[in-house]
Amino acid sequence: MLTALWPLIRAIIWSAIGGAIGYGFASGLVTFTDPPQNLEVQISLAYVGALLGWLFGIGVWKYWGREWFGLKPDHNEIKGASRFFSFSIDHKVIGVQYLVTMVILFLLAGALAMLLRVELANGSQNLMNAEQYNTAMSLHGIIMIAVAVATIMGGFSNFVLPLMIGADDVAFPRLNALSYWIVPPVAVLLILTPFFGGFDTGWTAYPPLSTAANGPDGTLLFAFAFLTFGLSSILGGMNFLVTIIAKRAPGMTWGRLPIFVWSVFAAAIISLTATQWVAYGLIMIILERTTGMMFFAPTAIDAAGVGLSGGSSILFEHVFWFYSHPAVYIMILPAFGLELEIISHFTRKPVFAYKWVVRAFFAIVFLSFLVWAHHLFTSGMGQNLHGPFMLVTELISIPTGIVFLAALGTMWRGRMWLRTPMLFALAMVFNFSIGGLTGIFLADVATDINLQDTYFVVAHFHYTIVGGEIFAIMAALYYWYPKITGRMYNETLGRIHWAGMFLFFNMTFLTMFIPGVEGMNRRVAVYPETFNDINFVVSIFAFLMGLSMIPFAYNMANSWIRGDVAGDNPWHASTLEWQTTSPPPEENFEHEPEVFEGPYNYGRKRAQASQRPARTPAPAEGD
Amino acid sequence: MTTAVRKALPQGLDTGTMNRLGLWLFLVSDASFFLALISSRFFVVRLETPEDVSQILGLGLTILLLVSSLTAYRAEVAAEHGDQANFKRYIIATMLMGILFLGGVGFEWHEAYKHFPPSTGYGTILFTLTGVHATHVFSGVLLLGFIYFKGKNGAYGPDDYYPVEAAVKWWHFVDVAWVFIYPTLYLVQI
Ligand code: HEM
Ligand SMILES: [Cu+2]
Repeated sequence: MLTALWPLIRAIIWSAIGGAIGYGFASGLVTFTDPPQNLEVQISLAYVGALLGWLFGIGVWKYWGREWFGLKPDHNEIKGASRFFSFSIDHKVIGVQYLVTMVILFLLAGALAMLLRVELANGSQNLMNAEQYNTAMSLHGIIMIAVAVATIMGGFSNFVLPLMIGADDVAFPRLNALSYWIVPPVAVLLILTPFFGGFDTGWTAYPPLSTAANGPDGTLLFAFAFLTFGLSSILGGMNFLVTIIAKRAPGMTWGRLPIFVWSVFAAAIISLTATQWVAYGLIMIILERTTGMMFFAPTAIDAAGVGLSGGSSILFEHVFWFYSHPAVYIMILPAFGLELEIISHFTRKPVFAYKWVVRAFFAIVFLSFLVWAHHLFTSGMGQNLHGPFMLVTELISIPTGIVFLAALGTMWRGRMWLRTPMLFALAMVFNFSIGGLTGIFLADVATDINLQDTYFVVAHFHYTIVGGEIFAIMAALYYWYPKITGRMYNETLGRIHWAGMFLFFNMTFLTMFIPGVEGMNRRVAVYPETFNDINFVVSIFAFLMGLSMIPFAYNMANSWIRGDVAGDNPWHASTLEWQTTSPPPEENFEHEPEVFEGPYNYGRKRAQASQRPARTPAPAEGD
Repeated sequence: MTTAVRKALPQGLDTGTMNRLGLWLFLVSDASFFLALISSRFFVVRLETPEDVSQILGLGLTILLLVSSLTAYRAEVAAEHGDQANFKRYIIATMLMGILFLGGVGFEWHEAYKHFPPSTGYGTILFTLTGVHATHVFSGVLLLGFIYFKGKNGAYGPDDYYPVEAAVKWWHFVDVAWVFIYPTLYLVQI
């Protein structure tokens, strides 16, 4: 066991060394400043040092860096379970690393949500004090955002996408490993925040709260965590774009790409470009906290007491939402892809209006960059901008509607096979339509002025992200479970999970619209008594939804060890990832696959197996 | 070299093409970061530029970087032709100009600290934009140094000079970024 964990131990030792160097360097540096700074410069540089040390120790040097200095990279591949704890460059291992990390973080942040609901069960302060509540709320938010961004773009795109296009790996395998190993420090930083006073800003980190001189250092840790996470997203986005462009198998033309691949392509464009904006936003926060720069504080006073023009706190909101609105499409676009993929395979019908769906994806990418200010209707942004941003936001419903109709069209008169993945995909169609429809009230300036910062917004985005994306992720987890583990999950437990989650998710968040419309503020631990009853009800439903995660967690863990052997293609699905063994061999396919038709040509009579839309050439003798 | 055309897509374009594509995408991403930097200037201090910004220094730094782009280009061409002497000469020249540029920025910081420290709006923008850009220049100098040490004994030839191309492309990118930062910092006037 210890040898399996050796790369991790080495990385921890190196990050301690890096952290110490960073800390020492910063301590030297601050002696030159006057007046002496708080500890934040030291914390910042110690973190940067620790991060570099961590990456160096985990394998960047061993598998990569040596090459730059003319040494041979050390390629002795680790086998067995310990490869999951190492700098493995196999996209399937990295996919599993991402998925397992994200499921654990999801359950952790879910447990935090349970604590929040205990606190919110009535209007007085009961379980936590104000700081603890704020920290729990902010941590829940940012961890879930990370889960929502990285589960599909890191987990499924890694495991499944190269298989789907018939590639042997992603374009840049070592960069891929790097993108994953950047994530654990993010989790560690976030988990450490409570020991640095927590942070009270929510995941949106608006100044002046996030730059307040007397605020907790936890905010700084949070900013570094988010920044680091962004780096991972950017590298991942670039890697998948190149992979899709350059690594397709013979015959896998653009028109034959499975719809999930298209959706990842679209989302990766957003990851690649928009993420830089939130990075800058966080860097501004870090700089303002550590060096006293004036990005956000409106006026500064110089040494002679003269007022100088300073910054603007709305700057942060613009920069932040210029990422974070497109980021919701990093979450939902691949979820659309999963939804259509699964509905098609489980109704035995091709994706309806495939080309229009692809066009709609790109229309969404384009429009997603033009709507950010719908989060700023009450922030004091120029009034003349309200109308245009309302209009463009509502325009997005056109391409979104196309995707929705394509899902319905795919099901239309199909014979549905109602296994757990399909049930989750159907639930996603239902939930997301509520999420999208409530978005219109928020996009409309007149109604948003009243709804902004209430539980209506909270219910809206839980409908889109949990009801939309997380349900699609659940569908995909069950769908690809046999491919990833080689074993079948337990169908009964899967359905219990589905029924519980679907029912109680809707009851929780449908109910939550009511206090929202009545004006109950979000992000508060203490609220007026009139909201007591309805919140008590919401809390009960939320606990029940939490309970529905138990069969899920048990099923996932238990079936991996004890499930029935699944076989190569338990769903009789037509895409390439099912044409290889479960789990796939290290090189993915025994022979280089060739593609002859589009991915979803179901419903035609085929004389021979060789006329399947995609196949790997006949197995070699004796196979 | 064969020029056989394959009807079907080959499994994967070759590594060289992938590396080029990856670098281009990375540049697109980084350009997006610079766009954010530049746009923040107009938010924090609108169109205001203090009188005592050193115009001469700004112009000098710009010319220096533009010339260094030219020598970087010559170094790449020399590497492609296997012309060792010129390769070494031009890489060194480019690096020197890069280091001179960093010195210039250092001097700028020294002066700026007196007139508009980081605790003012313009100072905030000036220190941030030049700081981020100088970090890029510094990384470029390191990369060129790296290329120099690997290539000084003739590691790069007509078929194999991608590392030189990549480092030089990075250098050009950093220069182009400055071409946008320069007017943003120095030339914008009310
Ligand atoms: C389909 C059409 C959609 C529309 C018209 C829409 C509109 C809006 C608007 C106007 C707001 C700002 C509300 C306010 O703060 O007053 C908002 C908030 C939000 N939306 Fe949506 N939205 C849509 C879809 C989505 C999707 C697909 C996601 C995620 C997958 C999403 C996630 C969020 C989040 C996270 C927030 C709240 C952010 C925060 O303040 O913490 N929305 N939405
Ligand atoms: Cu939005």
